[in-house]
Amino acid sequence: MAKTKYSTEEAIPFWRDERVLRVLGQIVFLVVAVSFFYYLYNNMITALAAQGMTPSFEFLGRTAGFDIGESLINYVRSDSYARALVVGILNTIYVSIFGIFFATIFGVILGVSRLSKNFLVAKLSSIYLEILRNIPLLVLLVFWYSGVFITLPRVKEAITFGPIFLSNRGIAVPWGIPTETWASYLIILFLALVVSIVVSWRLKVIGDRTGRPPLRILWVPLTFLVLAMVGWLVLPQSPLEIEYPALKGLNFTGGYVFSPEFMALLSGLVIYTAAFVGEIVRAGIMSVSKGQHEAAKALGLTSFQTLRLVIFPQAMRVIVPPLTSQYLNLTKNSSLAVAIGFPDLFAIGGTSLNQSGRAVEVIALMMGLYLLSSLLTSVFMNWYNDKIKLVER
Amino acid sequence: MSRKLFPVFALLIVLSMVLAACGGAAAPEAPAEEAAAVEAPAEEAAAAPGETEGPAPAASGDTLATVQARGHVICGGNSGVPGFGFLDTEGTFTGFDIDFCKAVAAAVFGDAEAYEIRPLSSQERFTALQSGEIDVLIRNTTWTLSRDTDLGANFVATTFYDGQGFIVRKADGINTLEDLDGGTVCVQTGTTTEANLADTMAARGLSYEPVVYEDVETGWTTYEEGRCDAYTTDKSGLVARQILLTVPDDHVIMDETISKEPLGPVVRHGDDQWFDIVQWTVFATFFAEEHGITAANAGDMMASTANPREKSFFGTEGELGAFLGLDADWAYNVVSQVGNYAEIYDRNLGPDTLTYIPRGLNSLYTDGGLLFAPAWR
Repeated sequence: MAKTKYSTEEAIPFWRDERVLRVLGQIVFLVVAVSFFYYLYNNMITALAAQGMTPSFEFLGRTAGFDIGESLINYVRSDSYARALVVGILNTIYVSIFGIFFATIFGVILGVSRLSKNFLVAKLSSIYLEILRNIPLLVLLVFWYSGVFITLPRVKEAITFGPIFLSNRGIAVPWGIPTETWASYLIILFLALVVSIVVSWRLKVIGDRTGRPPLRILWVPLTFLVLAMVGWLVLPQSPLEIEYPALKGLNFTGGYVFSPEFMALLSGLVIYTAAFVGEIVRAGIMSVSKGQHEAAKALGLTSFQTLRLVIFPQAMRVIVPPLTSQYLNLTKNSSLAVAIGFPDLFAIGGTSLNQSGRAVEVIALMMGLYLLSSLLTSVFMNWYNDKIKLVER
Repeated sequence: MSRKLFPVFALLIVLSMVLAACGGAAAPEAPAEEAAAVEAPAEEAAAAPGETEGPAPAASGDTLATVQARGHVICGGNSGVPGFGFLDTEGTFTGFDIDFCKAVAAAVFGDAEAYEIRPLSSQERFTALQSGEIDVLIRNTTWTLSRDTDLGANFVATTFYDGQGFIVRKADGINTLEDLDGGTVCVQTGTTTEANLADTMAARGLSYEPVVYEDVETGWTTYEEGRCDAYTTDKSGLVARQILLTVPDDHVIMDETISKEPLGPVVRHGDDQWFDIVQWTVFATFFAEEHGITAANAGDMMASTANPREKSFFGTEGELGAFLGLDADWAYNVVSQVGNYAEIYDRNLGPDTLTYIPRGLNSLYTDGGLLFAPAWR
């Protein structure tokens, strides 16, 4: 191949030809890698076949036969394994979304505080970050569960804050029960959302034109809230009826109960992840050169304006990629819920594995689902990162 | 550059071959273990069917002669389950299962102390029985079809109906499963316990909230803190664990049992006479309770009874003992030396013991239980 008719020098043998070797090397690597994984796979199939088993996801359609404590959708023991796993992934998503939301807010406050000129605020924040970052999450979770939420008073001696009950069966709060007008109200909410988006866009246009951007973060939600409130009052019957929790028999009925497992998991995840988010935010802020602060000051911006208009837009570029990792970590760390009895994907997967005996399939499925949720989070964060990155002109 | 990479590739290939070779040797084992772990039932893993090749029909048909020649009965027992088979600080075995071994000794020799206990692990127990090392196995062993057939063992009778139960706080006033409606139940994951619970509650149309733990300790701690109204597992497990609670007396194990774990003595295949002896020894304790015969009054009853059934029980009428190859007064010896079923039960698992289990199914059929002795004629 490498030898050409016209070569005057002695032909280079192909095994010495760098161009050939490059391609060859890659092919060899690919073949080795593929055959290695094929070997592992084949080995597993053979071993399973020796026990008279063939990997199959057929069991997903069978009756699960166990109950789940907390579920966002209706689930009973006669439902299928597939539905049980859906309950699990929904619980994981549920706790992750809440966790990400609170960890972000808390983390930003911590990060900014650590850079504060106020000695006390800065030191408290540093102490918090240094301690919480260095405690294993599992320890934190067990602490929140066994040390805090489970030691709340028993259900019959629940602490009462107006209509809210605190006990070691969870936090029972009043909750809205949809009435007949709920469907119409959803339409009103949708319209309010559309109007808010239009307002947001108008404000941006005004800001771009005048160079004095209005506080969109204040006006947009305000528009939405006012419209939502007007809609509520306009409807003949209120769309939600408030149901108050009450102690009936052994447990609270009515309202909504945040279980101690959920609360412990959420608290642990938020407090732990917020410490990392705080450090990321601090790194982001410190990456903005001092001149930017000074310039903003010279222009007479208040320190809040400096943060909002000068520092954060530039810091975001540094903050978002590692923040994405923290969000992914939080989602995956939620699998530690199994230690404190919260029925997340991993806990329900474990039970399904035990009950069905389908170890390989269940583990593969769980890995796939976690991968999927991580990839979706990543895709969103990458989109956001692209949106905020410095546009070079 | 590529030339430099060549050794790397070579290394990779060799490495993958080595890995493959290792994998080839080790891989088939791992899934097998995993499967075994998954299939293992809630109670201790039973001896694998293939473990004992060719059930030794040792002493076939002449176990009684062997035992009599030896001078004592050898029972396979447990040494670590309080209430059932436990080696106490004085070095003697006590427990419910141990007392049935004594009963067999009393039936055979007229001497309840003519016995020896061989403490066995759950894996050893069937091998020990098959090889003739023990005469009878009385070690909280669950009666299952595969053990009754494939393991070459014969279950003679059920002495204790165990099963999944619930522990609750006395103060809550929960007496039946129906009282748990709308309540919270702590349960350990990975066992049949979880599924049994779901099945039972669904069958009775009761709603409840399960809180499922990976770790037993967490489960018990949270139950004790009041997170759950009840904790569920096998009753013997509940009893053993109750002692370890901060104030054991604040908790009570409900009568309710939601799964079947019949425990009883086991003998080898192939010796019907010995099978009958052990079986009727168990029945004798049932019969005695049913007729109000106790260790204390057995002598008086034997002398004074006019009931023909009791007369044949004591051997003062007919020759039932001879049919078993035993003395005429064998049943009298059992009751007078070991006691009737109620006495054996109360001594080990009764209200005055640390390991109290309500009798529930282990009551006479006349009291709504399952104990029923066949006719004594």
